[in-house]
Amino acid sequence: MATYTLVRSSRFLAGTVATAVIGSRLLHNSRWYSISHLSVQDRIEEKRRAALVGGGQKRIDAQHKRGKLTARERIDLLMDPESFVEYDMFVEHRCADFGMEADHNKYPGDSVVTGQGRINGRLAYVFSQDFTVFGGSLSGAHAQKICKIMDQAMMVGAPVIGLNDSGGARIQEGVESLAGYADIFLRNVMASGVVPQISLIMGPCAGGAVYSPALTDFTFMVKDTSYLFITGPDVVKSVTNEDVTQEELGGARTHTAVSGVAHRAFENDVDALLNLRNFFNFLPLSNKDPAPVTECHDPSDRLVPGLDTLVPFESTKAYDMLDIIHGIVDERDFFEIMPNYAKNIVVGFARMNGRTVGIVGNQPKVASGCLDINSSVKGARFVRFCDAFNIPIITFVDVPGFLPGTAQEYGGIIRHGAKLLFAFAEATVPKITVITRKAYGGAYDVMSSKHLRGDVNYAWPSAEVAVMGAKGAVQIIFRGKENQAEAEAEYVETFANPFPAAVRGFVDDIIQPSTTRKRICRDLEVLASKKQTNPWKKHANIPL
Amino acid sequence: MAAYTITPTFQRVLHAVKRATLHPRCWLLNFRAQYVTTHDWNEKTFDKILIANRGEIACRVIKTCKKMDIRTVAVHSDVDSSSVHVKMADEAVCVGPAPTSKSYLNMDAIMDAIRQTGAQAVHPGYGFLSENKEFARRLAAEGVTFIGPDTHAIQAMGDKIESKLIAKAARVNTIPGFDGVVKDAEEAVKIARELGYPVMIKASAGGGGKGMRIAWSDDETREGFRFSSQEAASSFGDDRLLIEKYIDNPRHIEIQVLADKHGNALWLNERECSIQRRNQKVVEEAPSTFLDPATRRAMGEQAVSLAKAVQYSSAGTVEFLVDSKKNFYFLEMNTRLQVEHPITECITGLDLVQQMIRIAKGYKLQHKQEDIPINGWAIESRVYAEDPYKSFGLPSIGRLSQYEEPVRLSGVRVDSGIQEGSDISIYYDPMISKLVAYGASRADALKKMEAALDNYVIRGVTHNIPLLREIIVHPRFVAGDISTNFLPEVYPDGFKGHPLSAGDRRELLAAAAALHIAAQLRSQRFLGEQRVSAAAQERRHWELCLELEKSVHMLAVSHSRGTYTVEVDGEKVEVSGEWNLASALLPLSINGSHKVLQCLTRSPAGDISLQYLGTTFKVRVLSVLAASLSKHMPEKLPEDTSSILRSPMPGTVVGVAVKPGDTVAVGQEICVIEAMKMQNSMTAAKTAKVKSVHCKTGETVGEGDLLVELE
Repeated sequence: MATYTLVRSSRFLAGTVATAVIGSRLLHNSRWYSISHLSVQDRIEEKRRAALVGGGQKRIDAQHKRGKLTARERIDLLMDPESFVEYDMFVEHRCADFGMEADHNKYPGDSVVTGQGRINGRLAYVFSQDFTVFGGSLSGAHAQKICKIMDQAMMVGAPVIGLNDSGGARIQEGVESLAGYADIFLRNVMASGVVPQISLIMGPCAGGAVYSPALTDFTFMVKDTSYLFITGPDVVKSVTNEDVTQEELGGARTHTAVSGVAHRAFENDVDALLNLRNFFNFLPLSNKDPAPVTECHDPSDRLVPGLDTLVPFESTKAYDMLDIIHGIVDERDFFEIMPNYAKNIVVGFARMNGRTVGIVGNQPKVASGCLDINSSVKGARFVRFCDAFNIPIITFVDVPGFLPGTAQEYGGIIRHGAKLLFAFAEATVPKITVITRKAYGGAYDVMSSKHLRGDVNYAWPSAEVAVMGAKGAVQIIFRGKENQAEAEAEYVETFANPFPAAVRGFVDDIIQPSTTRKRICRDLEVLASKKQTNPWKKHANIPL
Repeated sequence: MAAYTITPTFQRVLHAVKRATLHPRCWLLNFRAQYVTTHDWNEKTFDKILIANRGEIACRVIKTCKKMDIRTVAVHSDVDSSSVHVKMADEAVCVGPAPTSKSYLNMDAIMDAIRQTGAQAVHPGYGFLSENKEFARRLAAEGVTFIGPDTHAIQAMGDKIESKLIAKAARVNTIPGFDGVVKDAEEAVKIARELGYPVMIKASAGGGGKGMRIAWSDDETREGFRFSSQEAASSFGDDRLLIEKYIDNPRHIEIQVLADKHGNALWLNERECSIQRRNQKVVEEAPSTFLDPATRRAMGEQAVSLAKAVQYSSAGTVEFLVDSKKNFYFLEMNTRLQVEHPITECITGLDLVQQMIRIAKGYKLQHKQEDIPINGWAIESRVYAEDPYKSFGLPSIGRLSQYEEPVRLSGVRVDSGIQEGSDISIYYDPMISKLVAYGASRADALKKMEAALDNYVIRGVTHNIPLLREIIVHPRFVAGDISTNFLPEVYPDGFKGHPLSAGDRRELLAAAAALHIAAQLRSQRFLGEQRVSAAAQERRHWELCLELEKSVHMLAVSHSRGTYTVEVDGEKVEVSGEWNLASALLPLSINGSHKVLQCLTRSPAGDISLQYLGTTFKVRVLSVLAASLSKHMPEKLPEDTSSILRSPMPGTVVGVAVKPGDTVAVGQEICVIEAMKMQNSMTAAKTAKVKSVHCKTGETVGEGDLLVELE
């Protein structure tokens, strides 16, 4: 017993290399004696204590110095106090090469903390990679721990939250580590659409590891301390000769504004975890659970007078779609997803009379709210998440059409635009659509129109549903004729209003903007029992 | 109040009752609106009036017209097409694009609107064309009644020099050292030296404080001349200026007069308008704490004699400067309805707009001087969309995302022309409303004003309620010890918000902690959800760490049935309330006393902005665990602001004095931004080379936009 304790403490008290070596030799020689002398209870305690400090105080301090919290501190902040139940604290890696089998290279729990707990009383499974143990690298054991909680999460129907902070594969383990990644990927895919999966990137996440977050429903990042990339700046330099910093290549700004890989970024670890708690409240626990309903203090019949004057008379003038969204939803509380990417579409979660809803809106303030490749993909993925998890979708339409141009056509706007169309058409959750102004061309069809099984479709008095804007239409209908201005006025009179759509029943009603909240809340109550199924299929073939 | 249903007979009875009552105050105070539009239905009036104005004053005029059963026509610029005054009016005519010179000052378009709608009379409100003799002349030429004085009076009183000559002749006290029109900067200096500093420089044509600067030296005179003449040109199209002896530390007290076309004139007591910033009024009250009945009568009689001297008709205001010895000097006469007229209406019970319309129609005054009472006390706060932390108020713009006026409080009147969703734009005056509190006594009125300011919900634009709320509780203001220098004297380093006492701090921290816990508890309440662990909701005690103004406090909070007991710095504070987290207002009982706070923002990461005693405070509320872990979080450095110049407000760039490569010295002018008719000189914060210039003359810039970068 004495030997054992001495060895352990020498490691933690940062003993010299020499003592460590001597210690381990001693341990080898006297292993069975020491075991027999140490009561099991003491060993359990010993292991638990060791597991709680991960890679040791020195590395914890280094982690703190980088402005990051430890794996356990993160879990403590994320979960309700005293609710976390840890699994696999005693698991150790099984690598026997490169001296890894040595006792001082074994850490109880290895480089990840896993378990389940409560967020505002609701169940969640969590894994939190421990950067202080081998840089959070993924060993076979590490992967196995993650797989275990994912399997259980799917079985009981509860979300999985991953707190990623890992240098990558455990190189010493070779293919075992790669197998571990694949095991996780498979589970990410199996769990997709069954339980919500959230990744919070809180440190490096590079190489194959990035595909786990990529497969989950939401990826959030911490500004300045987290990175996501397939290959780091050094490899980039040697392959493409580009000079790029870590931050530029895969920092939070890049992924939230340029690549669209991450859905949102937060200021620091504490901010991110507290925000994640808030975000979690919007989500149902699984695809079998309804969208959550929280206590709501905002009257469902509240009128929003400001909306009556929001849409400008000139149809070319912009306004902020967020003004509509904030005005209509409960308590102006809107959790925007991807606020800095493809800003011509706004997506995010809010509540109506306490119930979670997904909101999709064209943003006239940015690129006139047109649909392009990025906004279509952004919208489509969000709609599919809502549909998978029983979250009603409210769509605000002010769309002048798809963005023209070679850049878009060469980029495959046809294929990508089809994704949004596909997603809206396929969705069977309650779908409510409000046309606030323009609904032109194919984009009208796409934006949760009546024809794509919109349950309730409204138009504001400022709505204009038409194939295109007056000017373009007149140039085609009256090509080469004089009096274009007169023809344009006639076109505006005929089509630039909600009537053509309303007389055909393509919108269910023309409503006063100030009553929109009241109407939607009432409709959601009615649609709560909506049951709709798509024909049996193995799976649909969305144009990826 | 349905006063218009009162028959003439009953009205006479009421009038008699009012005069016979020993305490007319009580009679008046029972009414919510603090003026009475008792229209005599036998008195024929106009069928249709056009209001050549916008915003609150247009709405104010329309209100009285409605009571008098007069149809109304609004004029508006294109950006104002869905504004409140347009909706209130029976008809509306667009008179041009947003810039005032093309719409509200566009006489041709307004004349067209009059012809088109057949309006018989025009009420000009204040500002715009209200004191424009050319407009009055053109109306007269077309047989349309101008609801205001005739051209002669406008001209005579509009000209600062002529008005003083007339005033002297009418035996009205005038400011010594009065001089003439100024041609250039050097002449300005010469005149200033003759008068002796300080001198005041202002536009001849402009009323109010706009374009007015005070100079204490030759250099300041030259600078004042330059600015004032530019402003005068842009606001009035007339760059004539005026320089006169400046009376230091005066009060600004004005007398409301009412005169008919038959040579009768009344004075309706005074308004104290000394609380000003940059010579614009902020808080006004009626009556003044400073005047004794004798001085009041003397001022009133001089005002009336001036009105009579120019054959004045309609409502007008004679402004006086009053020194500490109660000597008063004639300043100018405003030949229009004043912004601050509501406080006179409160204490006299008269509807001034109605009186103006009657007079314009040619009727004699209904009242005699001895009929004019001082009933109670009225205070008006001008609520502006401006940032009070920047030289007591720089304009801000935006959309009123949430807006609730405290009109449900008794004794509160709000004159506004905006509503939730309205835009405060760079084109017009940034006034949101005039908030009037009326009580039996000054203390009562002040108390009501406090409550009104606390209950006023304005979101989406920066507003000056923090400053207004501080002024009305400042001991000097409460004691009536004020002058036009009140703000610079009380806040020599600029306004910094409400200074928290130890008690305030405890209250604020306790409220923030309780709000945080209430929100936490609510976020654990899911309806109809079976899969929620009950353990979390059983919690009754919390330890929190709060950060306020860079100091950290540990709080212990316990909760039972909506009441939170918060231990702050060793003292217990009890906070209870309804905890409606959707409401903009947060009415609380803190240790038994009623306080209305407002929660502006509440982030999931514990950042709460609370408006407390008018000022917005940022509090960070964290669990002890989160607070202890926060110390590891990296400090994010704010950008170095000395080498960048950002626009302090939205506006137009009217001049850029530097180009890249120039070297500038501390305080050197870099560019000039014009907003809401104010020219603001932007100066260098350090001596450096100009790295880049990001703005051009004529460009519109938003608040915080980068203008110039220094090296």
